[in-house]
Amino acid sequence: MTVMDLESYEDALSVYDPVMGLEVHVELGTKTKMFCGCSTTLGAEPNSQTCPTCLGLPGSLPVVNAIGIESAIKIGLALNCEIATWCRFARKNYFYPDMPKNFQTSQYDEPIAFNGYLDVALEDGEIFRVEIERAHMEEDTGKSLHVGGATGRIHGASHSLLDYNRAGIPLIEIVTKPIEGAGARAPEVAKAYVAELRELIKALDVSEARMEQGQMRCDVNLSLRPHGREKFGTRSETKNVNSLRSVERAARYEIMRHAAVLNSGGTIVQETRHFHEEDGSTTAGRIKDNAEDYRYFPEPDLVPIAPARDWVEELRAGLPELPRVRRDRLKTEWGISDHEMQSALNAGAIDLITATIDAGAPADQARKWWMGELARASNETGKELADLGISPAQVARVTALVAEGSLNDKLARQVIEGVLAGEGGPDEVVEKRGLKVVSDEGALGAAVDEAIAANAAVADKIRAGNLAAAGALIGAVMKLTRGQADAKRVRELVLEKLGVQG
Amino acid sequence: MTDLTRLTAAETADVVATGKASAVEVAQAHLDRIGAVDEKVHAFLHVDTEGALDAARAVDERRAKGEKLGPLAGVPLALKDIFTTKGIPTTVGSKILDGWIPPYDATVTKRLKDAGIVILGKTNMDEFAMGSSTENSAYGPTGNPWDLTRIPGGSGGGSSAALASYQAPLAIGTDTGGSIRQPAAVTGTVGVKPTYGGVSRYGMVAFSSSLDQGGPCARTVLDAALLHEAIAGHDPLDSTSIDAPVPAVVEAARNGNVKGMRIGVVKEFGGEGYQAGVMQRFNESVELLRELGAEIVEISCPSFKLALPAYYLIAPSEASSNLARFDAMRYGLRVGDDGTKSAEEVTALTREAGFGDEVKRRIILGTYALSSGYYDAYYGSAQKVRTLISRDFEAAFGTVDVLVSPTTPTTAFPIGERVDDPMAMYLADLCTIPSNLAGNAAMSVPCGLAPEDGLPVGLQIIAPAMADDRLYRVGAAVEAAFTGRWGHPLLEEAPAL
Repeated sequence: MTVMDLESYEDALSVYDPVMGLEVHVELGTKTKMFCGCSTTLGAEPNSQTCPTCLGLPGSLPVVNAIGIESAIKIGLALNCEIATWCRFARKNYFYPDMPKNFQTSQYDEPIAFNGYLDVALEDGEIFRVEIERAHMEEDTGKSLHVGGATGRIHGASHSLLDYNRAGIPLIEIVTKPIEGAGARAPEVAKAYVAELRELIKALDVSEARMEQGQMRCDVNLSLRPHGREKFGTRSETKNVNSLRSVERAARYEIMRHAAVLNSGGTIVQETRHFHEEDGSTTAGRIKDNAEDYRYFPEPDLVPIAPARDWVEELRAGLPELPRVRRDRLKTEWGISDHEMQSALNAGAIDLITATIDAGAPADQARKWWMGELARASNETGKELADLGISPAQVARVTALVAEGSLNDKLARQVIEGVLAGEGGPDEVVEKRGLKVVSDEGALGAAVDEAIAANAAVADKIRAGNLAAAGALIGAVMKLTRGQADAKRVRELVLEKLGVQG
Repeated sequence: MTDLTRLTAAETADVVATGKASAVEVAQAHLDRIGAVDEKVHAFLHVDTEGALDAARAVDERRAKGEKLGPLAGVPLALKDIFTTKGIPTTVGSKILDGWIPPYDATVTKRLKDAGIVILGKTNMDEFAMGSSTENSAYGPTGNPWDLTRIPGGSGGGSSAALASYQAPLAIGTDTGGSIRQPAAVTGTVGVKPTYGGVSRYGMVAFSSSLDQGGPCARTVLDAALLHEAIAGHDPLDSTSIDAPVPAVVEAARNGNVKGMRIGVVKEFGGEGYQAGVMQRFNESVELLRELGAEIVEISCPSFKLALPAYYLIAPSEASSNLARFDAMRYGLRVGDDGTKSAEEVTALTREAGFGDEVKRRIILGTYALSSGYYDAYYGSAQKVRTLISRDFEAAFGTVDVLVSPTTPTTAFPIGERVDDPMAMYLADLCTIPSNLAGNAAMSVPCGLAPEDGLPVGLQIIAPAMADDRLYRVGAAVEAAFTGRWGHPLLEEAPAL
């Protein structure tokens, strides 16, 4: 796929309206799997967290994880959904080696939650309402590792390894109704929706919702229709778009690709598409014609679920402050703009900033470090802020060291660099690297004397009243003290020694 | 000393408990009997000599220590090869599980072991419990001890034949459409399908999850009740297992009084297709119950005529999904894995070689019935029929305490007679299927021999869900009255092997 095949974004939008459907899978953070007692801890030895049930051994039976149901209801309530008074699981039948039973226990026409909405804030503060079709419960499949092929896909592989540790981990699939009327902002809406959903899931404490670890995965369904047309066009389904940025890029790319196909007189094929992080493109996957038939039927091994109304109300009453409400509150408390809050949200920084403030840092300082120095480190390493290796308490400690004058900004950056490099906590890094503002007046005075002696001409200018020239001497002192001097104090000393009033 | 293999389970337990014989002696007597006759009968697919003797030894040791033994401790049992047994092959009568050794025990297996019951081995069955004759076993048919050229019923023909040939006093079966009751009827033994959810399905290889029910098989009603109590009761590993006390079946079996009970005769069971001798013995049973003080009421259940077609949509639909897991990836048979074929090809070759014709027929039928565009017409309609049948039962049980009918329309037919005529085969379950669809409890108890062929006839008793005790009360009454009339248990009329 090359850029040649794409319509320009502006031209595409001048002719067509995009219609999107977003399907998000969230792995719940339950201790055990959805239908058995196996652990869900990530990173264990392959197939070490399995039992007859999640391996689908003959005779084994599922039993529903009550926490899984509770989490699903909480998500449904937070998405303003109705909660089913009675619903069932259903079997989705298809063959794949990483699916132990060759059917997935899911829900079909009786989801646990349905008919809701999520209001999402766009960059400029505008609120866009995304309607929710349903949220249903299902189980994850195992993982296939295809060995010997060039692409890691099954095609061309010599053999495949199967790990069933993931098989049976509870998933909630959240499906939007068709998102219409977003126009050119469709990709932004997609991104904002997924970001908002992630915040919501985290606030509910039902999952860590880490996209890079696959705990939250997004499928972007998109179609175009000419302006003024009611009927939807044929959609493509871009699977496993696993970062906020990718969601936006995938939607944007598909808009341009669809427009190019339609404008050249072609037709869009209903198919799945693979998204490529490297260049933001998508390529064709499998054709989804109507021949694909999952033969859904109610799961006879599980009794229906009928959540008691008073229990549902109890859960509703126990919902935490919802992220958008909380952000509005924090925005005022921190005194920042919609746009700045949106950036913090997209960076996954809100909880970290809050925790840093809770650990004693001033709000502006906490935000400055997470959204500045640390956001840069996050971009460079590709790690999420939370995974950088520095805790909110450590960031708060750095701001405290700056406030008490032990560190200046430049040194503080070095301390943070040391913490990120694994050299220990802020105090340890200060100690090991010897990063203390030189406050020993004797040592500092000697450095100032040395700087004056080495820069006699500059010193004369200052003596003559050119205070702007002091910068050069201060720089020289900073160099001599390897940046560990308090620049303000150095300036005072320089002027004092040269007999000039500041 | 008496022949230990001729004792009832209750007598055997007593013999062991009082030290008249050790559990090891009892087990050995049955293992010897198996060695002597099973070559002819072929009731067992796998005999676990070592495991049986170890289990018996453990019972003897516990007795020696003065520990209190359970009511069936030391009694041998034949386990249908559909229940997983840790370390012991479990084939479900299919080639596709050839060589599979389960890593876990079914809940039923575990409860049997906990009760000190000695598992002799695994019994033959129609592949995946699909059949009424045990001829669909991939490991060859089983003979009916009354006439080895005839079928022992199915799918649990191995279990019923083991009982009727004195290879075990107790057996476990599973009943999806009659697989416990019909074999009991044609072998002159007792078989009970408990209320759906009464006995855990965990570790019972699934055929049709919403219909499958494990249950006790024995030579007497009391023995069946004792076994029922040992295996029944809530199991947290089975979501469909009922969390309520087990009905007092043993007490009911010891009671056996039907005076004042209202008993319904289902009008729709009878007429064309029913063997004359079967109807004769059935009518005599009804008369007997009247003489014993029961009130007989004729009941009409008009939806029952739809039970067979509904069953043959629901059971295959669920089976098509349940059997999807047999794909050669993780266990059992694997065919064609020569390094050149894809996973899909290996799966196809394995299923082609590993499944028998009847299993394939039902997978195809079920796959079709669940297909989009056909679902409502087939699976959906069948579920509605299921509701109608449940309503017929509800209405009937509003009037009567139990229903009775012949268990199966004919006596044991010759091996080979119906193998090429699936419809004729399916008719064997005509009277038993409605209880599976409704999930209630039913029993077959011997009620004599058909005059024309001298083969056993079974009386079916049906009770509402969770009223399994009524089966035992009526069954015990019938058994006691007939045994009195005949002068001995029916099985004593079976020819020596």
